[in-house]
Amino acid sequence: MQTFDLEAQGLRALNSALHEQSHDTNQTVWEILNPRGSHAIAVGLDAPIEVNVKGSTGYYCAGMNKQATVHVHGSTGPGTAENMMSGTVIVEGDASQYAGATGNGGTLIIKGNASSRCGISMKGIDIIVHGNIGHMSAFMAQSGNLVVCGDAGEALGDSLYEARIFVRGKVKSLGADCIEKEMRQEHLDTLTELLRRGGCDAEASEFKRYGSARKLYHFNIDNAY
Amino acid sequence: MKDESNGAPRTVPVQSATFTGKVNAEIRRAAATGIYDIRGGGAKRAVPHFDDLLFLGASMSRYPLEGYREKCETSVLLGTRFAQKPIKLDIPVTIAGMSFGALSGPAKESLGRGATLAGTSTTTGDGGMTEEERSHSRTLVYQYLPSRYGMNPDDLRRCDAIEIVVGQGAKPGGGGMLLGQKISERVAQMRNLPKGIDQRSACRHPDWTGPDDLEIKILELREITNWQKPIYIKIGGARPYFDTTLAVKAGADVVVLDGMQGGTAATQDVFIEHVGQPILACIREAVRALDDLGMHREVQLIVSGGIRHGADVAKCMALGADAVAIGTAALIALGDNDPKWEAEYNALGTTAGAYDDWHEGKDPAGITTQDPELMARFDPIEGGRRLNNYLKVMTLEAQTIARACGKNHLHNLEPEDLCALTMEAAAMARIPLAGTDWYPGKPGTTY
Repeated sequence: MQTFDLEAQGLRALNSALHEQSHDTNQTVWEILNPRGSHAIAVGLDAPIEVNVKGSTGYYCAGMNKQATVHVHGSTGPGTAENMMSGTVIVEGDASQYAGATGNGGTLIIKGNASSRCGISMKGIDIIVHGNIGHMSAFMAQSGNLVVCGDAGEALGDSLYEARIFVRGKVKSLGADCIEKEMRQEHLDTLTELLRRGGCDAEASEFKRYGSARKLYHFNIDNAY
Repeated sequence: MKDESNGAPRTVPVQSATFTGKVNAEIRRAAATGIYDIRGGGAKRAVPHFDDLLFLGASMSRYPLEGYREKCETSVLLGTRFAQKPIKLDIPVTIAGMSFGALSGPAKESLGRGATLAGTSTTTGDGGMTEEERSHSRTLVYQYLPSRYGMNPDDLRRCDAIEIVVGQGAKPGGGGMLLGQKISERVAQMRNLPKGIDQRSACRHPDWTGPDDLEIKILELREITNWQKPIYIKIGGARPYFDTTLAVKAGADVVVLDGMQGGTAATQDVFIEHVGQPILACIREAVRALDDLGMHREVQLIVSGGIRHGADVAKCMALGADAVAIGTAALIALGDNDPKWEAEYNALGTTAGAYDDWHEGKDPAGITTQDPELMARFDPIEGGRRLNNYLKVMTLEAQTIARACGKNHLHNLEPEDLCALTMEAAAMARIPLAGTDWYPGKPGTTY
């Protein structure tokens, strides 16, 4: 295992070392000590490595991740795993706003709560939140799955495209064009797999599904307000 | 009808200067349809512009350079502040961001071909990076937009510079809309959206909300790209002094400043014509901000919005810009709005030069469309040749003026080389009114 003291060695050296890892690297497991809320930790990774961050991070931890597994043993600041392409990001604590924003692929697992705008403009990522999510989550979400084991805040799924949202608890309000939808067997199967992947202690049958009414798909003056 | 005036003089019919024929027609159109007018392009109204400035040329107090033979450099280095690999362009005229989706693939290819021949850069747009433009552009600027359509780390690493788009001159504060007619299978796939639906581009970024956040976002992008790429911040002509100041504070290598004449693929006409400032009013304010920070020339300034020929280029440089960007002019060079398609423009209810319904995807010139039949009309090789010619002419024109002002590099042009024809231009550009040494607001004057 490679151990990297962020406080002593600095962010540039960390990301540079992680970027040097190739597909067949032998340095497959990394431990990052003393993150102390630093921004842009483990961003732009593109190798099948495991990075364990021992503490809480600032903005954009694991941004644009590909292939790697980034495991944060703490909480994360805004934009966790933003624009992720593949791989897995696990947050043991809470995640601040915009978690998983614009993510194209991979899995983001948040074991605590996620703040506002979780999954904003998501484009294929799967986001699994053990706790609650804040307001305006899944705003303009295009594709992928957002699973919330707790409650969702105001305006969930506003201006949603084709992303699927599963919520076990209460939804404070739905955003424009977001509606509750029938939970068919295919959705139960998908959700069961997502709950397994996320390590959630929950049954798919306990959730409701939300999606787009598709009434905003074509420009119409009556949609303006 | 019976004339009851008994031969007395009658009141002459008077058309309102407020309710003009054009205004009334728009009221009737709105009343009939219930929808506002969406169009492409930039502001069409007359605003103070570079035509309101003149160069003084050399005389007893200035020594000119020989017009054709003496050296007049045109190169520009962009991204010298933080980037490990700044961009060197042979000419200071760049191609502004225009999306694949708004433009066809062959049109994007032709921009790359023409720009590369001329020694300058092209810019992607709201739709991701296409192979056509990457493979044909020696220097490609990758836009980082609120929608993040097509954004991915691989393209970030293979671009030559990153342009974070905060705003654009045609619609500062506005997002975008690409109507379903142009969402072909390929466009839909690149944007991860269903084919044929109208897609919206958000007006603000999804994962940062202000300049302090943006500073951290730039840190992330620099870390992802190992601090190699210049990072531009593009702003619309709203509050250029403060916006430029904040862009520099956030860590920009280059500020791109776009005035209200700058085009867009589609937005509301009322937005284009009534929001934002003319580029003439923006440049000196941006330069003042850079000067106040001690960053003029260290952070480069690219200006755009209504730049048409070498004189406009030279005027921008004289006002303090390091380079310019063209969008609408480049499309015209490719063949957009060419009178040879007049019959087809007429069939669309318009005329050559006025066609601006780019969002409908029916462009007779085959440039702003995804229709395979229309696209086939456009030859990207010929388009590239035309764009290269046009860029060369612009550069030669700018050099001609610079030499006449005694300058051996376009960057050496200065405000003292100019005079203003109107009070408005004098005030906006802080250039003395022709025949005087005064402009409105000049320090030390009270009027």
